[in-house]
Amino acid sequence: MWVYEKKLQYPVKVRDCNPRLAKYLIEQYGGADGELAAALRYLNQRYTIPEKVIGLLTDIGTEEFAHLEMIATMIYKLTKDATPQQMAAAGLGDHYVNHDSALYYHDAAGNPWTATYIQAKGDPIADLYEDIAAEEKARATYQWLIDISDDPDINDSLRFLREREIVHSMRFREAVEILKEEKGKKKFF
Amino acid sequence: MTREKTFTLVKSYKPFHSKFDPCPPIGRKYYRTPPNLYINFQPPNMEQFTPEEALKYGTLWKFFYDFYDNPYRERET
Repeated sequence: MWVYEKKLQYPVKVRDCNPRLAKYLIEQYGGADGELAAALRYLNQRYTIPEKVIGLLTDIGTEEFAHLEMIATMIYKLTKDATPQQMAAAGLGDHYVNHDSALYYHDAAGNPWTATYIQAKGDPIADLYEDIAAEEKARATYQWLIDISDDPDINDSLRFLREREIVHSMRFREAVEILKEEKGKKKFF
Repeated sequence: MTREKTFTLVKSYKPFHSKFDPCPPIGRKYYRTPPNLYINFQPPNMEQFTPEEALKYGTLWKFFYDFYDNPYRERET
């Protein structure tokens, strides 16, 4: 069960009317390394991971949904008042004829989200290594988004999200260390 | 260079079993922590198998040899 707070994890502000940027941001919404894939991956793997790290996957998976909300807010704000002509000019004509200005889970090139983006191998090391790789790929995506965007307010939020990917990667690496620990062995730090 | 394995290659834990879980408890659940997890970068001059052994084991280096077998076999009967 979840408790919902009616606010974003980090503020989202948009300076310019720029539907083209929304087209690019969709990559982190319904793309292979996006927030939806991340949330569903962790909240599914958690059932069969050793008990010591279930909580970690639940917490990070939950936070990914908070990130998904931030990305959704950016995309929504960037397109909500765009005319069909503006959408077409921004490369969102294909999106418009199918969805109007509604959001949809596809990547920047329009490929619909698919469960084949995620895996649950059941082997805890394999699953956690996938999670670490996913965080690094999401971090890279945020870098390229910041590179291509010239909206300082959007970039501020994207920098926050990029930093969270780094933190999550470290937490997953710690989970691997926890699973490597020998039983009954004294820990020295 | 001989490298002592100061770690185990299999770990196990006992998943929680509720009285409302329909299947009999599996008991211990096993997962593998292969030797490559315990080394960041392969150092030079590690102890090697003979070429004949290496062909059979799939690795030239004793440190990385990790035999795998079904840990649940006893329960199959």
